[in-house]
This record gives sequence, C-alpha cells and structure tokens, in this order.
Amino acid sequence: MNDSNDRETFRGEVREFLETHCPATMRGATDPLSTANWGGRQREFLEPLEDGERWLNAMAERGWTVPTWPKEYGGGGLDADQARVLAQELQRIEAKPALTNLGITMLGPTLLEYGTETQKQEHVRGIAEGKIRWCQGYSEPGAGSDLASLQTRCEDMGDHFRINGQKIWTSYADKSDWIFCLVRSDPEASKHEGISFVLIDMDQPGVTTSPIKLISGSSPFCQTFFEDARAEKKDLVGPLNGGWTIAKRLLQFERQSIGGMNSARAPKRATLDELAKEHAGEASGRIADAALRAKIAAFEIEAQALSSTMRRTADEARSGNAVGTASSIFKYMSTESNKTRQELRLEIMGLYGLGWEGEGFAADELQTTRDWLRSKANSIEGGTSEVQLNIIAKRVLGLPD
Amino acid sequence: MALIWTEDQELLREVARGFLDENAPVSELRRLRDDVDPDGFSRPLWKEMAELGWAGIPFDEAYGGAGLGYTELGLVFQECGRTLAATPLAGSVLLGGSAIALGGDDTQREAILPPLCAGDRLLTAALQEGAHHAPYRVSTRADPDGDGWTLNGRKTFVIDGHVADQIIISARVSGEPGDRDGLALFIVDGDAGGLTRSRRIMVDGRNTAELTLDDVRLPKEALLGTPGRGADILDPLFDRAAACMAAEMLGGIETAFDKTLEYLKVREQFGVPIGSFQALKHRAAKMFIEVELSKSVVLEALQSIDDSRAETARNVSVAKAKVSQTAALVSNEGVQMHGGIGVTDEEDIGLYLKRARVQQRTFGDEEFHRERFASLAGY
Repeated sequence: MNDSNDRETFRGEVREFLETHCPATMRGATDPLSTANWGGRQREFLEPLEDGERWLNAMAERGWTVPTWPKEYGGGGLDADQARVLAQELQRIEAKPALTNLGITMLGPTLLEYGTETQKQEHVRGIAEGKIRWCQGYSEPGAGSDLASLQTRCEDMGDHFRINGQKIWTSYADKSDWIFCLVRSDPEASKHEGISFVLIDMDQPGVTTSPIKLISGSSPFCQTFFEDARAEKKDLVGPLNGGWTIAKRLLQFERQSIGGMNSARAPKRATLDELAKEHAGEASGRIADAALRAKIAAFEIEAQALSSTMRRTADEARSGNAVGTASSIFKYMSTESNKTRQELRLEIMGLYGLGWEGEGFAADELQTTRDWLRSKANSIEGGTSEVQLNIIAKRVLGLPD
Repeated sequence: MALIWTEDQELLREVARGFLDENAPVSELRRLRDDVDPDGFSRPLWKEMAELGWAGIPFDEAYGGAGLGYTELGLVFQECGRTLAATPLAGSVLLGGSAIALGGDDTQREAILPPLCAGDRLLTAALQEGAHHAPYRVSTRADPDGDGWTLNGRKTFVIDGHVADQIIISARVSGEPGDRDGLALFIVDGDAGGLTRSRRIMVDGRNTAELTLDDVRLPKEALLGTPGRGADILDPLFDRAAACMAAEMLGGIETAFDKTLEYLKVREQFGVPIGSFQALKHRAAKMFIEVELSKSVVLEALQSIDDSRAETARNVSVAKAKVSQTAALVSNEGVQMHGGIGVTDEEDIGLYLKRARVQQRTFGDEEFHRERFASLAGY
C-alpha cells in the first residue's frame, strides 16, 4: 500500500472540496476572539450569515466538522494521517472553523467512549451536524474546586428524572440547546459515589439561565437554574451513580482543548518593549526607565523559559522518551505568565490603561484594561493555580497527604 | 534540533556520574576544604579525568581533544555540580582552553592545547578587576615595549589563579574602562616576572586569586588575537563560560532540590511528615517548576553555541539569568526547609547554598544578564 500516494490523492480531493465549498468570507487570519460558527437551534453563525451557514453545512455533510469521529455517527471517519492533511489544507487557506462547540471538544469524545448506541446516534450526530449546541453543567456556587461536593438533585420519578438545583460558570448557557450535567442521584452515598451524568434539554420551563457579568464586563458565563426540570431516562450516560468517572474523563478532554487553544496564533499586538518606548519614552534607543526595562526583560526571559520547556516536552514525547513531568506545570505557568504580562501592559500605559469606556481612551488602551481584568480569571478557571500546585506536589513530587 | 539530550550524551552522562560518585563525592570537597589543600583540587584525579577525555571535550582531535562540543562539556559540568566536585575544568578547559581555541594562532594552539588535553597543563583567565563581572571594565594597561608588551594592573577573583601554569589576561591597549574597543588578551606564564599571585579562599571551599602586574614584560608571541579587538574573543568566550556555569549550577540545583524533597518526606513533626503541610507542598511545587524551566534554557544555550546560532548570546543570557534566579530560590528554600540541621556544617545542604551563590556571581549574575538580554533585544 502506497501511503504517501494515498495521502496526496486525498489532499487533492480535500483541496478541490475546499475550493468549491469554503466561501472567501470564511477565509483569512483567524481571530480567536470573533464569534465562531456555533450552529445549534439558535443558529449562531459567522458573518455573513448565509456564508457561515453554507460553510457549516458543507463540512457537516462530509462529517469534516468532526473529522476523526466514526461515519456512522456523523463524523468524517478519517484516520490520523488524513485528519492531519485536512487540518493542513484548512490552515493553508486560513479557513475559519466550520463549527465550534463544547460538544466537539468535550461531550462528543466522552459519549463515543461511554454512550449507548442510541445516545451516539442521537447526540453525537447532533453535534457533528451542528444541529445542537451544548453547554457544560459542572460547577455550582458551593462546588468549585471541590466539584465532587455538587448538590444539584436528581430524583428518579419512574419514567424520568426530576432535576432541581443550580449550576454556575456555564459558558454560553443562554445560547445553548442542551446541557450535560453532573447531578447528585444518591445523597446517602459517599461524595464520589452518588453522582450521575445526565443530558438535559434546556428548552423546557424548568430550565432558565442568567448571564454573569465579570469585572472585565460581559462574559459568556451564566448561571443555570433547574426547577423541577425533566431529564429523560434514555439520556443518562453510564450507570446511575457512576457519573464521576465519566466526569473526570471529560475533564481530560477539556484540558487537552485548553492546551490547544493557548498554542493557537494570538492576535498581533505591540510587544512590551515597543509599548514601553512609546509610553515611558526612549533614551538613546533604549527604554528611558531602567527599572521598567528590567521588569520587561525579566518577564521576557521567563516567557522564553516557558516556551522552551513546552518545546522540550514536545520533543521528549516525540522521541519516545519516558514522558517527562514538565507538562504538569503548563496550566499554572501560562496563566500566571499571562497575568504578569497584563499587569506589565497596564503599568506601561499608566492611567491611560485604566479607562472604562468612552472618550479619551484609545481602543488598544480600553482593550488592555479589559484583558487585564479578564486575566484574573485565568488562574481560577479550569482548575485554580492552587489546585495545580497541589497536583504537582502530590502526583509529580509524591508528597504525602 | 530537538531540545533533548542525545543517546551519546546520555551515555557520557552515565560514565561521568559513575566516575564522580565514586571519586569526587561531596566528602571529597569537604576534605579539600578542611585540609586547606594547597591546590584546592586533586591533581591525580584531574589526570584521571583527562584520561577520560574531559580536559579536551570541546577541542579538536588534532590537538588531542575529543572533538565534541560545549553541550558535552556543559553536561560534564552539570554532573560535577551534583557532587560539588572541585576540578580545574572551569579554569583550564572552559576559560583557558576555550580562549586559545577561539583566538589563538596555530603556534599557540599547537603549543598549549595538547598538554592541556593531556591534563598536564593548568590554565585560567584573569578577566575581572572589581567585585562584579564586567568584561569591558578593564584598567590594566598593555603598553607596547619594543616588539613586545609591558602589562601593569590588577586582576581579581581569578579561578584557580594561584596554581595555573598559564593565565590569559585582558588588558587595555587603548580607550577607557568600559569601552568595548581597545582590549587585548595575553598569555602569561604563572611565574612571569612582575606577576604576584595571592590566593583567595572562597566560601564554597574553592579558590581564586588576586593578581598584581608590575611591569610584566611579554614577548609578542604572548599576544592572543588582534590588539584592540580582544572583545571579539571575550564575547564568545563568556558565552561558553556562562552557559557551562549555568549547567554546573543546574546540577547543584537538582541535587539540592532532590535532597530537600526527600527531607520533606522523611522528617516528621507533630506526628506527620512535614511534606504533608500544604505550605511546604506549594513551595516545593514552585521549586519544581523553576527547575524544569532551568533545564530547558540550559540545554538551549549549549545547543545554540554548538550550532553557532544567531541567538546564542541571547539564549546564554536567558540561561544564566534564569538559572541564577533558580539557584537563589532552591538554595535558600533548601536550607530553610531542612530546619535546624540546614544551618549546620555537617549537613550538605549548606555547601550547596555556598556554591550556588559563588556561581551566581561568576560570569555575570541575574541582573547583568537581564540587562544584556534587554540590550541585545534592542531596548
């Protein structure tokens, strides 16, 4: 079997398909901050809307919204090599993602592992086709770092489940169609053994959402309320009270996708030293403020150490050496690094970096203020920095409980 | 080039580690220190190391070297750092040998490198004149004298300067202290007339020397490279020196961290291992992170040198700055976390503190390299 021939033939097919079906408006440098093609019942598309919808439908028809998922559930059925070719070709024309959703990154892979045939046919297909938009019901006001202490109640009513409780930090809940939810199905059992993983249709009177405003302004985060809401028996994933294992597996998928996001191309902005020369002045070609220069240099040195470590870890993995322990530091380090960067930008801009809105502040300055505030959440969401240090101490260093 | 050590390098590391664990464990440093050994290292042991090829690792096979690079030399330094091994590796090979290899003509290389590689000649370099590393802040003067030179001045903290057979000395032929232009390097015999050497015993049990040059007359053959262009040799020399020093520091840091981690697991107070206290767990996790970052930048700097990358100077400054920062953290936390025994002489952790601090101030400390990094980046 001639692998590279097959690959090149496939590449040709992909190119032809993209030429025909990827509208010009769906190409160009991807700005991760812009609205994506979310699909779903509320049909949220990239502008211009007809092109966005057309692009999603074309890719969904081929299953290329989820290239490696099995064909029988709406996926593309591609192997790793073919998926790589597809990714390369999409990147070549700088195509915007045809579909973005928590269903793709988190729920889909989880259902493929733990779901029944019926669940896969219904829900995995729904994700692949962009028909259903999903959100994540995990954290509660009383259950953040200690997720397993969640209290949202799930009562067995015979032919369905009754759900009562509240979730928080549900991103895009107000725009989503279904929610995958961790619920307490046995309050008598121990913490980890009384949890179930259920899928709930949000289009019912018992489910309401309310957006959460952050210190940085509006955000996709919401609170989600369940008042005698209904979940169908068929939508229980895995065994009753066996949801915690599934919950953790999904978190692994989530962590992988966050890692991927961080390595995506960030929008081009002025470097710290360029900003410093502009705002703090220049003297003989150097930043006029020596103390500021030292801070910027210290930050850049740290940033280089971090990126070199990411490269080293990747190289170690690729060479097949025993997987090093360095990867456990990345969530902690990259979030703390981003916070330091934001504080430095703020410092450089002085009070021009502390406007809220309106006249007298450049767009770049207002964006800096918002980014600085939003960055405070980086070290909290997705596992707090303190939890990361706990994990390193316990799992990497073997320190005792 | 992948940012990993190659199989050959790992093999070299295995051999080095085995040799050092057997012949130069920490107790050997203690012995040299407590005896106030006149050399500050073991000459027979150095000869054995030369037989292993260590004295010639980065030098051409034509001169008896191993024909390897600074990555391999850095690796050996890292292993030496683990046991605080006191050897002439820095003075003779890293400084003296590298200066000859970088700036010497054929005659000089042929005369000096082979005996160096055989472990029969000790070299060093006298390039500092004050409290801190400042390559261009040279006041020592080299005045033309017939077709030779006469040197006058003072040099400080010359590594193994009290016993070196030959010393590479930087002096100024023109310009003012601080100017990059106007420097020249000279090969000076340790027993040259007019040269006085005074041994200085450092806190880490190692030795440096202060040199006084009082009308030291040198023949023209003593000149290394072009007069006035000495910085062209000093710049790459210090890149190699800083990178290998960072590697040695990394060895010490890793060992100090491992010892501290072990202590956290075995020391019990209040009925539990102290490593179960969250405050110490978090501090240990933070140290772990710094050590991992340091590993990456050391290897990157060493590879850059051997690859002759354009970013070599920047990568070296990143490495020396970062590792210096980590050395300060780990050495301080190491002592603190050992509690009362941490400040005893009997416990080894204090030796790692002492060595770390000397290394931090050698070939440019964190502040020096941060400033250099900024300067190289154009700000």
